[in-house]
Amino acid sequence: MIHLKGIRKSYKTEFTSLEVLKGIDLSIEEGDFVSIMGSSGSGKSTLLNILGLLDEYDTGEYTLDGVLMKDLSQTQAALYRNQFLGFVFQSFNLLPFKSAKENVALPLYYKKIPRKIRQEKALEYLEKVGLKDWADHLPNQMSGGQQQRVAIARALISEPKVILADEPTGALDTQTSHDVMEIFKEVNKQGITIIIVTHEEDIAEMTNKVIRLKDGNMVTE
Amino acid sequence: MFDYDKWQEIFNTISKNKLRTFLTALGVFWGIFMLVVLMGAGSGFQNGVLAMFGGHAKNAMYVWTNRTTMPYDGLQAGRFTQITNDDIKAIENDLEDVLEYMSPRLYVPSTEVTYKNKGEAYEVRGDTPYLLKIDAIDLDQGRFINQKDMDDRRKVVVIGMEVAKNFFGKNKKEEAVDPIGQFIKIQGVDYLVVGVVASDRRGEDATEDNKSIFMPLTTAQQVTNRHGKIGWFVCTINTNYPVGLAENRIKTLLKKRHRVHPEDPRGVGTDNVEEELREIMGLFNGISFLVWFVGIGSLLFGIIGVGNIMLIVVKDRTKEIGIRKAMGATPRSIVSMILLESVFITTLAGYIGLVVSIGVVYLMKIAAGTDVQFFLNPQIDLKISLGALAMLIIAGALTGLVPAMQAANVNPVTALKDE
Repeated sequence: MIHLKGIRKSYKTEFTSLEVLKGIDLSIEEGDFVSIMGSSGSGKSTLLNILGLLDEYDTGEYTLDGVLMKDLSQTQAALYRNQFLGFVFQSFNLLPFKSAKENVALPLYYKKIPRKIRQEKALEYLEKVGLKDWADHLPNQMSGGQQQRVAIARALISEPKVILADEPTGALDTQTSHDVMEIFKEVNKQGITIIIVTHEEDIAEMTNKVIRLKDGNMVTE
Repeated sequence: MFDYDKWQEIFNTISKNKLRTFLTALGVFWGIFMLVVLMGAGSGFQNGVLAMFGGHAKNAMYVWTNRTTMPYDGLQAGRFTQITNDDIKAIENDLEDVLEYMSPRLYVPSTEVTYKNKGEAYEVRGDTPYLLKIDAIDLDQGRFINQKDMDDRRKVVVIGMEVAKNFFGKNKKEEAVDPIGQFIKIQGVDYLVVGVVASDRRGEDATEDNKSIFMPLTTAQQVTNRHGKIGWFVCTINTNYPVGLAENRIKTLLKKRHRVHPEDPRGVGTDNVEEELREIMGLFNGISFLVWFVGIGSLLFGIIGVGNIMLIVVKDRTKEIGIRKAMGATPRSIVSMILLESVFITTLAGYIGLVVSIGVVYLMKIAAGTDVQFFLNPQIDLKISLGALAMLIIAGALTGLVPAMQAANVNPVTALKDE
């Protein structure tokens, strides 16, 4: 599903150049449930952004579902994101002025799916995360765990091949974290590849494979 | 082309960010509102002042005589000159190329005019048929003096509206009578009323016209026993010829004929409407410059305001745009979203501004009515208003474009980090 070969990435400012990724080789197969671990500054978020086509890499090769992802235009990147990927963020990143249902339906809007079907599907996915009754609530009327579940429903609705989650439990307490992880497990059982960035050992333990990063390099297990 | 979904998305965003929308709209609204109201007020003022001239021919000039102040050609100063029929003929011959209409007048000394048992002192003038073409009076009923009246020195009169109302109007005792065909007495002589005229001027000038009685010049010359003599005359000059030039030619001619010193400031007096009009027109040019200056200024500020707000909006929405991009929004869809939003808001606000300002100008019109001097019938040039609106919308789109492009290029990673 995902193959990385010698991925390098550095952030350049006017005077300094900071190499964040120093040659990552990585394979993630379809249906994997992977966590990427590492301390702050190890490059794990950068790696996830590259995987999510939100950020570009300098050298190396990244193939997603057999397609080489290199030098994409913004429009192409948007297309692949919409087609292959679902995102879950630490700070949920729901649009504050849209209800839960509208937030979930948003990716389908960019897939040009008619409004009525969007609404129906959004309700269906909200039900999957157990929030059907909260469909018309705004994000600030919901708890952190509920918001994250809405975000997961939003990531799932475009039927992605891969879900990328950046510290999805970082803002949640232990119990809610475990609830959220349960949902990820359920999703994974349906064959969707899940990649989670975390620095919490107990979260990483719930995944099938752990990738550890240290100072921009992969640490062999 | 109409994308219902897109509009739904835009309405949704607009309605949930009311303050932002309101601030954007306010700048546009104010710009167009100020421009239109100023234009309306300016035109109202202009119409008001022009209406004081009424239907006066704008190319008319007046000529009269008075006492000389300089001795000349063996004649003493202080002599009174008198315009005659011969002078009129000489002028008509000499200025044939530029003269349009000529209407000499002779006043019949103030006297009581009576109809049955009613009597009042009115101004009685001997005039020619051409007066109707020159003076600010309109025929209301019947006919005006004609050439046959002139030739036959008929005892016919045309009366002003006030005169007609006073003599023939409805009052407590009597029903209204058709003035045409009635006889009124001037200096004990019967005159047949053949027409009624109404003044086209305003205020006191109108009252003066409406309280006048017009008879053929020849008749007036006869009844006052001043055969061939003229009190003064008014004439109009072809519009492509400067009135001032014609004025000088007539003055020189008359001075020569009456042996008045060419340098004498008196002796022959003239005046023309054109000069007066030119001065007032100069004032209007000033006012209209001011209107445009202020109007375009406020329009410009409206546009800058829209651009400014759009910049803030994009800043404000960086995170939202980041999320949308992560959800698969293409740069194009981001640009079109922000542009459509700005165009929609400017169009709507501009339209409301247009409607409200037209309403205000209409209220000004009603409030001023016809009684307020200097202000009449304010008008809005719809073409200019719509042009200004179009300009505002295009400018709104252009000023929205830069921030929209910026927004489209927002890196989702940075946008989402922006906590």
